[in-house]
Amino acid sequence: MAKKYQRHRWWTPGALLAVVCTLPLFAQTAAGAASDKLFEPIRSVLQSPRCQNCHIPGDSPLQFDIGKIHAQNVKRGPDGKGMPGMMCSICHQTQNASPSMGEHAPPGAPHWQLPPANLKLVFIGLSPHELCVGLRDPERNGGKSLQDLVQHFGEDQLVAWGWNPGAKRTLPPLTKEQTVATVKAWVAAGAPCPGE
Amino acid sequence: MDIANRSGSSPSTEAEIINVSRRHFIQGVGGLALGLYLGPVLAAAAKHGAASFEPNAFVRIAPDGTVTVIAKHVEVGQGTYTGLATLVAEELDADWSRVRVEGAPADASRYKNLFYGAQVTGGSTAMANSFEQMRKAGATARAMLVSAAARQWKVSPDSLTVSNGVVHHAASGRQAGFGQLAAAAARLPVPSEVKLKDPKDFILIGKLNVPRKDSTDKTDGRALFTQDVKLPGMLVAIVAHPPRFGATVKSVDASKAQEIPGVVAVVPYAGTAHTFGGVAVLAKNTWVAKKGRDALDVQWDDSQSFKLGSDEILAQYRQMASRPGQVARQAGDVDAAFAKPARLIEADYAFPYLAHAAMEPMNCLVRLEDGRCEIWNGEQAQTIDQFALAKQLGLAPEKISITQLYAGGSFGRRASTFSDYLSEAVAVAQAAAKQGVNAPIKLVWTREEDTRGGYYRPLFFHRARLSLDPAGKLVGWHQHLVGQSILTGTPLEQFGVKDGIDSVSVEGAGEPYDIPNRRIELSTPLASGVPVLWFRSVGHTHTAFATETLIDEAAVAAGKDPVEFRRPLLAKHPRHWGVLQLAAEKAGWGTKLAPGAAGERRGRGIAVHESFNSYVAQVAEVTVKPDGSFKVDRVVCAVDCGLAINPDVIKAQMEGGIGFGLAAALHGAITLKDGVVEQSNFHDYQVLRINEMPAVEVHIVPSAEKPTGVGEPGVPPIAPAVANAVFAATGHRIRTLPFGEQLKS
Amino acid sequence: MVKFTINGKAHSFDGDLAMPLLWYLRDELAMTGTKYGCGMALCGACTVHLDGQSVRSCVTPVSAADGKKITTIEGVDAERIGRAVQAAWRKLQVVQCGYCQSGQIMTATALLAANKNPSDADIDAAMSGNICRCATYVRIRAAIHEAARSLA
Repeated sequence: MAKKYQRHRWWTPGALLAVVCTLPLFAQTAAGAASDKLFEPIRSVLQSPRCQNCHIPGDSPLQFDIGKIHAQNVKRGPDGKGMPGMMCSICHQTQNASPSMGEHAPPGAPHWQLPPANLKLVFIGLSPHELCVGLRDPERNGGKSLQDLVQHFGEDQLVAWGWNPGAKRTLPPLTKEQTVATVKAWVAAGAPCPGE
Repeated sequence: MDIANRSGSSPSTEAEIINVSRRHFIQGVGGLALGLYLGPVLAAAAKHGAASFEPNAFVRIAPDGTVTVIAKHVEVGQGTYTGLATLVAEELDADWSRVRVEGAPADASRYKNLFYGAQVTGGSTAMANSFEQMRKAGATARAMLVSAAARQWKVSPDSLTVSNGVVHHAASGRQAGFGQLAAAAARLPVPSEVKLKDPKDFILIGKLNVPRKDSTDKTDGRALFTQDVKLPGMLVAIVAHPPRFGATVKSVDASKAQEIPGVVAVVPYAGTAHTFGGVAVLAKNTWVAKKGRDALDVQWDDSQSFKLGSDEILAQYRQMASRPGQVARQAGDVDAAFAKPARLIEADYAFPYLAHAAMEPMNCLVRLEDGRCEIWNGEQAQTIDQFALAKQLGLAPEKISITQLYAGGSFGRRASTFSDYLSEAVAVAQAAAKQGVNAPIKLVWTREEDTRGGYYRPLFFHRARLSLDPAGKLVGWHQHLVGQSILTGTPLEQFGVKDGIDSVSVEGAGEPYDIPNRRIELSTPLASGVPVLWFRSVGHTHTAFATETLIDEAAVAAGKDPVEFRRPLLAKHPRHWGVLQLAAEKAGWGTKLAPGAAGERRGRGIAVHESFNSYVAQVAEVTVKPDGSFKVDRVVCAVDCGLAINPDVIKAQMEGGIGFGLAAALHGAITLKDGVVEQSNFHDYQVLRINEMPAVEVHIVPSAEKPTGVGEPGVPPIAPAVANAVFAATGHRIRTLPFGEQLKS
Repeated sequence: MVKFTINGKAHSFDGDLAMPLLWYLRDELAMTGTKYGCGMALCGACTVHLDGQSVRSCVTPVSAADGKKITTIEGVDAERIGRAVQAAWRKLQVVQCGYCQSGQIMTATALLAANKNPSDADIDAAMSGNICRCATYVRIRAAIHEAARSLA
């Protein structure tokens, strides 16, 4: 359910500072260390360019491993599918452009889009703790239970694109299977977040 | 009249391509269309009524009253077709809605640029060189139509008036349209002298409601570009170019390409010192040809190729700037002026190679047959191309016909000094013929070949120093420019290079300011493998930037307002001062800019520059965001181009020139690494998009001076105006182009 | 074998279904109003509508059009919005070289179908995928406003 989400998770320097200052206190505990270890592989995937380039705090998606602002003045739009007249689907097909169209031809997947404007599910620029708390919170993750999350990682076709990005695009640090297994393990442990 | 006779050097009917109603044709093709074959259509279109009236090479009036103006200059977007037709129609008193335009064939005897003596569109001269010629062409036709009516009605020609394509006899109330009089007029002698209108009587020239002639065809998809022409049996050639300039084909494994269904032939072909050699894949379909090209395995011989990178080239240029160059212009005693400057400004400037990146990548359709070479192309330099291709083919120049089509942008690229892409098309056709493939061949560069195809605006380095006296007066200007010559070694060298100084390398540098001691030096690197060419406004693309930002620096150093600082320096240049004042006034120069949002800094900058005998000043307003990104919000432009033939086209050219100049200023850079061009397409050779386009306001100085060009002069002032505005906002001087992300560091 | 309509007319194709729609239109059907500019969805010159939605035909395989309605510049005047956009383009004298304008008009038409009264920012967001090297952008903005007014 796309329930209207009130608590904005905009990344701000202040927020980051707060996180940086408080995290080490939690990290001292043994439990904290365990949850760090459980979540870190997931974080490394979510904050790889293939995932985080579209999980952004603003409205302009990013491109390439360096995270350059998407050319063409691309904007999220209310439902995450682009702006009227400039939908993502103008250029992004339901599959990657054939290699014969060129290395930088647009990648594609079914329902290619950003998170909607009222549910941005930001990955970029967040601390592991922030990222983790957002991910497991149904209010912020699009109403997904922890089991739904496992399913999402395993079955969503746009998520799956991250491991089949086409051309010479770099892949996330874990394979899809490793990632799903890691998410399952994290969920099985009660989805603890770093520092908890 | 028969077209074959009319076009002279063009022995077939191609000159009439733009007569073909594409809409009509497409409708006729029906459900399972098999292709737009122009051949049969041309045959049908060739049947001009015998009663057409064609008093000269520029006007044809059909029995239905349609006036066709034959345009000697290409329409690359800058309104030449409309402008030339306006001049003819004005003196003809034609009905503008019944005037159409077609491109002239290649024939310098009739269609030369009167300033150059060759059929060339360039240097923003289309209107300037044609102003009287086209008006006379119209006036001649008008006089003959009037004579024909006078004879028919047995009245004095003086008793007749003409308006909107109709000849009237007020006393009797008789009237006749041009079409009704065409046959009779065609039998009359052509008068040698005609009287031209007094400018106060103009009804089209200088008026706002004279719409472009190409608007309709360019908004419904009918306009024909080279990319769109298809001849019976034609093959498309997609080519593999070497990654480095000067490399040649060592070997090619075409086996995979030849397995692709539809690939007709794989043709290696030789280049020259100025054109690419490579391997062409020929197919009936562009996509098949491209797939074939992508499947080639070509080994290149790099033994003679150019292997430097931009950084190394720039380092060499810096060294050259530290040694004396050739003196291009000198006045006063420069060394004395710098002996004890009260204030000294020193600045180094770097300008990268720039690709024209016209929307229509370079292409050319060629048919070699029976000792003739037929070319279909939208291009700027027919005479140069005729001679180059004639030499290549061992034919007489008049055996090279060129059918002029619309060009999807050019910006100088389609005025190739070495006819590079046309010559390559011919080389492919020659090589194909040797393999027994005798078809018309359309060479099509993909965007990647176009971006990497060379003929760039040359990379330039300037070292400048300015000296101010204790009163803040600018007393010394010393500028040393280093960059490749565009003209040296080309067929045009004699026209622009004197004593080793290429005039277009230094045009506009330090101009026109009245400074007592000035020296402009030039160092021209001799051999370079990177082909260079004019790029919309040519040398002014870099000289205006250095000059106008330096003047701004001098004004700041003198503690004066940049406009007021220029006033005494422009005392002998009223037209510069006129546009500068007009732009300043309209922009509210001297008033406070509305503040931006929190953290934003705003600034206003001004620049003035003359190029191609037109004077343009621009005021730019910028907003710099806290992260160092910035936006040009608004540009106020004043232009003095003499008598304004079509004010709306002039405005459009200023708007477009500003956008084109901004693209280069903000993003434009072709860079080389180990001799390989690093950019390939619009993702890494960025141009201006609509979200970066400022609001633009254009003011035209009323003038009775001879009309001068507008295609290029809108470009030079924008980059320095923006740089000066950025300085006003941030205190940061940009001296290396493009701006890129320099403000973010 | 794929079947679709182009500007209201039924077509079928059983050739290379991976071929971009652009080249099918241009080389197989001689509908050359749709232009090649970059081949990678970077410039927008090839924009056509598939079931009313803009797509860059240079990266859209023919197979993706199966069962759909294709509209190109040659047929955009069949609908009221397309006609209004073309009329505004002519009224405000937008074109220069003209090569990109088919794509501009197709994108503008799709924008106005989705947003009857776009602001300058809406226009910039919709039109930034369409490059015009002649930089006719000032007039493109004005013409879209003009078309919106004429449709109101």
